[in-house]
Amino acid sequence: MAEIKRHDNRLGLWGWLGGGRWGIERYAYILHRLTGLGILLYFLMHVVVTSLRARGIYLWVEGGVFHQPMFKFGEFLVFAAFAYHALNGVRLVLVELGLAVGKPIEPVYPYKTSLGVQRPLLIAMMILAAILLAAGGYNFLSLAK
Amino acid sequence: MPAEINFHVTRYNPECDQAPYVKTYRVPVREGMTVLDGLHYIKDNLDSSLAWRYSCRMGVCGSCGMLLNGRATLACNTQILHIATTDLTVGPLPNFDIIRDLVPDLLTMFEKHVAVKPYIVRADEAELDDPAGEFYQSPEELGAYLQFTYCIKCGCCMAACPTLATDARYSGPMPLAAAQRYNADTRDDGRRARNQLTGSSHGAFRCHYAGECSRVCPKGVDPAKAIQYLKRQLVLDYLHLARRKKPCAKMHGPGQGKPLANITPAPAKTV
Ligand code: SF4
Ligand code: SF4
Ligand code: FES
Repeated sequence: MAEIKRHDNRLGLWGWLGGGRWGIERYAYILHRLTGLGILLYFLMHVVVTSLRARGIYLWVEGGVFHQPMFKFGEFLVFAAFAYHALNGVRLVLVELGLAVGKPIEPVYPYKTSLGVQRPLLIAMMILAAILLAAGGYNFLSLAK
Repeated sequence: MPAEINFHVTRYNPECDQAPYVKTYRVPVREGMTVLDGLHYIKDNLDSSLAWRYSCRMGVCGSCGMLLNGRATLACNTQILHIATTDLTVGPLPNFDIIRDLVPDLLTMFEKHVAVKPYIVRADEAELDDPAGEFYQSPEELGAYLQFTYCIKCGCCMAACPTLATDARYSGPMPLAAAQRYNADTRDDGRRARNQLTGSSHGAFRCHYAGECSRVCPKGVDPAKAIQYLKRQLVLDYLHLARRKKPCAKMHGPGQGKPLANITPAPAKTV
């Protein structure tokens, strides 16, 4: 039998970004992945920059490149990514150990899902992240003066 | 008065089309009409070449999963006027190849489903093939997995999962929920065998609880919840913290049990 031609309909990256228009957990998922990649990128840059020391290049000294406002803001972004990733990570650890998703229920219409059970935890973590960001932002600004 | 709704339907004929395209049909809609009814209207009156899959037309068989206004759901239990006032987009479930028009190739899902051994696994195979008794299970024990048995394998969760969108080898919410359904069954002894797959790098730990699967599931199965239970058990098994439990024992042969006093006896056999 001849092979039937098919059309590949996999969403790819669009499935992360474009498909997200329903639930807050999906946005949390996307942000978690992006901040994770961002922190990884920062870590790699960090290794490169500190290793430049072996060649006698010190980018972080007073008056060096890293005291430019852009890098200060970049540093704040790294802090923000870290704060979000860590706090959302705590929620995910609890959820993924099955601790914050409730018990199995009878699916009676209108259906309730475990998303609702862990939602207060998500909101609490986001409030904590916002407080950390505000405190961190204040700290960065006062150091910049 | 019937409303007229523009159905923007994805069309694709593998024999002559390079890529899918969208064709618009105007469909007169009455209150209560489902998207499936709308597709039948198109096929009967406007374009007989339109293809889609359906069978039961009442949310039981799981054949009519589609992307309606960007959301994976069943065409037969979605009323047009509940989701559209002027326009409605109808597309095939994403994350599956398109065979034709609205027909996705669900084979990849079924292969992953079979791989998790979605059946009772026990050492006493002879008893399974040729039962000589009943296994006792309490209502509480039933409650541990009942929710996950309602899955109709429609594939809506697979279409909505962002992880599956970028990792084709990820088992996906439906097969993983099926694995948990059997792992949580006290008659079953196959969890450790399933762990090989559910604990692999394309198994349960690929899920990061975006929750889309549970949000779109038309049967309230909550696969995201099942996957998190699966992960907990995988962690406990990995750390050797899980108690080894024997699967529940056989009680007695058919008809040999002692009926409770308040249960009316079964009527006499007619055949
Ligand atoms: S879990 Fe729900 S959405 Fe997924 S295949 Fe089963 S019934 Fe469909
Ligand atoms: S909860 Fe897990 S399986 Fe469900 S959609 Fe999200 S990533 Fe996919
Ligand atoms: S036709 Fe059977 S579920 Fe829709």
